Amino acid sequence: MAALSAWQQLEPGGAIVRADTGRVRTGGWRTGLKPEADLPRCVDCLLCWLYCPDSAVVLDGTTFAGFDLDVCKGCEICAEMCPTGAIEMVPDA
Amino acid sequence: MPDLELLTGGEAVAHAMRQVDPDVVPVYPITPQTPIIQGFAKFVADGKAHGELIDVESEHSAMSAAIGSALAGARTMTATSSQGLALMAEVVYIAAAMRAPIVMALGNRALSGPINIHCDHSDSMLIRDSGVVQLFVENAQEAYDMTVLAPRLAEHPDVLLPVLVCQDGFTITHSAEPVELLADAAVRRFVGEYEVPHALLDLERPATQGPFAMPDYYFELRRAQVAALEAALRAFKDVSVELTRLTGRPLTSVERYRLADAETVVVAMGSTAGTLKEGVDALREDGEQVGLLRVVSFRPFPRVAVARALSIARTVVVLDRADSPGGAPPLFAEVASALYGSGTELRGHVFGLGGRELHPEDLREIVSREAPTYVGLRSDPCPA
Amino acid sequence: MSRLKTIVRDQHGVQPLAGGHSLCQGCGIPVVVRTVLGSLHKPAVVVNATGCLEVATTRFPTTAWNVPWLHVAFENAAAVASGVESAQRVLRRRNGLPQEADVAVVVFAGDGGTYDIGLQALSGALERGHRLLYVCYDNEAYMNTGVQRSGATPYGASTTTSPAGLDSFGKAQQRKDMTAIAVAHGVPYAAQACSAFWFDLARKAERGAAADGPAFLNVLSDCPVGWGHDPRVGPRVLASAVETRFWPLYEIVDGEYRLTYQPRKRVPIEDWLTGQKRFAHLRQPQVAVIQRQVDADWEKLLARCAD
Repeated sequence: MAALSAWQQLEPGGAIVRADTGRVRTGGWRTGLKPEADLPRCVDCLLCWLYCPDSAVVLDGTTFAGFDLDVCKGCEICAEMCPTGAIEMVPDA
Repeated sequence: MPDLELLTGGEAVAHAMRQVDPDVVPVYPITPQTPIIQGFAKFVADGKAHGELIDVESEHSAMSAAIGSALAGARTMTATSSQGLALMAEVVYIAAAMRAPIVMALGNRALSGPINIHCDHSDSMLIRDSGVVQLFVENAQEAYDMTVLAPRLAEHPDVLLPVLVCQDGFTITHSAEPVELLADAAVRRFVGEYEVPHALLDLERPATQGPFAMPDYYFELRRAQVAALEAALRAFKDVSVELTRLTGRPLTSVERYRLADAETVVVAMGSTAGTLKEGVDALREDGEQVGLLRVVSFRPFPRVAVARALSIARTVVVLDRADSPGGAPPLFAEVASALYGSGTELRGHVFGLGGRELHPEDLREIVSREAPTYVGLRSDPCPA
Repeated sequence: MSRLKTIVRDQHGVQPLAGGHSLCQGCGIPVVVRTVLGSLHKPAVVVNATGCLEVATTRFPTTAWNVPWLHVAFENAAAVASGVESAQRVLRRRNGLPQEADVAVVVFAGDGGTYDIGLQALSGALERGHRLLYVCYDNEAYMNTGVQRSGATPYGASTTTSPAGLDSFGKAQQRKDMTAIAVAHGVPYAAQACSAFWFDLARKAERGAAADGPAFLNVLSDCPVGWGHDPRVGPRVLASAVETRFWPLYEIVDGEYRLTYQPRKRVPIEDWLTGQKRFAHLRQPQVAVIQRQVDADWEKLLARCAD
């Protein structure tokens, strides 16, 4: 967690420039399960990418490339939406 | 020979707005500011002002649209009074917190209830703590000058706050006086180009504005606003000196009237100061050493300048055109705070609520300690 | 290239709404936001009303937004957006803008900030004809403050301020037809959508953004907490809303109604009601009332579409 700033260091009006801010690691919200992809089954439909509420599906161009477990909250919507059953929820390491 | 026009305060401000030529002006009508927006609307319709009017559906939306416009990167002005200010109060606080340099003309009018369309300062006092700049003018000329100055003050990089130019409803807004206007080009040159740190429409570095803050940051964000108001006092001085070079007329955070050897000083704001100056002159003729301190900048309150100006007085009498039931009237409280520890005798009166007139002769009773706390009020005499 | 892949490609790896926000696990709002913003074909500035989306994505000093974003208050998003939209028009005319591209002004507001407290500002903006895309993510209650009843809460739903109890079956009034209210303003485009039919939503966002005037998108969004269902089945619950005709998908283009999805078979309303804890208390009298209303509204909609 970054150190809290003094008032003099804050941008006028509390404006936040995205490039300056850190990411909040909401991956800690998961309660024991994480998504795992069975790559041979994946057809790059990108529905998991679209439906993920946390933008936790990582793409390489328009190809599925994995999950950002730093932000994934384990809602399982990706597993539910995958049309080929390529995503399973497995125990978190 | 200066080029004078006979203009009401409302018309004078409309002219100032025409010459500033803002980009966006959200408007909603309320007496007594409507001559301002009507006058400006006509200028736009005739192509003499080139911004866009947004006829919004309430004052709350007027200030909301003004924030959207100001932070999008457009110079924005609006106007309101009384209940309109009360309705938009929530958003006025937010405009200040978001550092939106909006200029708003305020036609000071009493707050309901009961509903009353005449002058007092209660509307300004409702948003006293909002963090906006509030400047009180004495007459139509000063309303014009201050409206020309306001964008430069609001947009000053150390300030970036809404600036309210407050003129007494009807007394100034609807009364005609000779007003000298600057040339259009002079005003354009003076106000210059508009710039904000994170214009929404500048896509290069997208910013989030108006975030949510928890207890770990709210306090610091609010403290930063205080610094902006402190800077406003300095910026006002700098910018007004520059404007005075063009107009020849001073604009100061306080005005001293016959203070040099005054034993009793009356403190007031707005058009009543003009009335009181006549009262002071009359008392001076009778040998009374009376003076007047007119406070122009109510927020930020120029404590040091006020304390210095009142330092030679033996007695200070503050006249508030607003009350704070159950507590001290707002101007009185500020002056008391500035004078604390000085040993000066301090008295306060409330007058003029809902447009009740104060006359030059009333000053005699005020100075001689014969006036009741509520000057000009009809009251049953106390039982013997 | 498919529509979805085009959306991905055009974002160049930078999502308008990134992860690292504190919306609930399985929240139905982000897919709406990302689908809409991905379908505009031009850069956007977002004006966000107070609510779940705003609070959870911008806790100072962090933000999940990669587009210019503005929040002012709860009831005034449409008014704020009117100011932004006017500013863009004036600045373009006066040649002050830093770039050539037209920027879409998009409002995201919940049902609370649209149907109730935000209704006046929305009405004014629609009447004045500003070119903006107003997206209501309708999760049918004031969810951010803990699931209180709004004008969008359906008949019979249990919320914390219209709770089911010994003497109550939940909300006793039918929900407002906000889409009809928007249409009554004579706007060039209005539509109902939901993320379970994302292609339909994407197309509607595209049409709304291209409209020469105000566009109103009413998007049913599920709330696992407020509706009482497993986060995982959110999209299925939304699909049920559409298939049971509780939430028909249609659009109104310059006043002409058009159904954009015709459910193939008649699905009884129980399919929508069961599986959501907020309806679990309902008994037959209310269920029948709900079915009758859904049927009547559907017939009315079909009649409008036929004209």
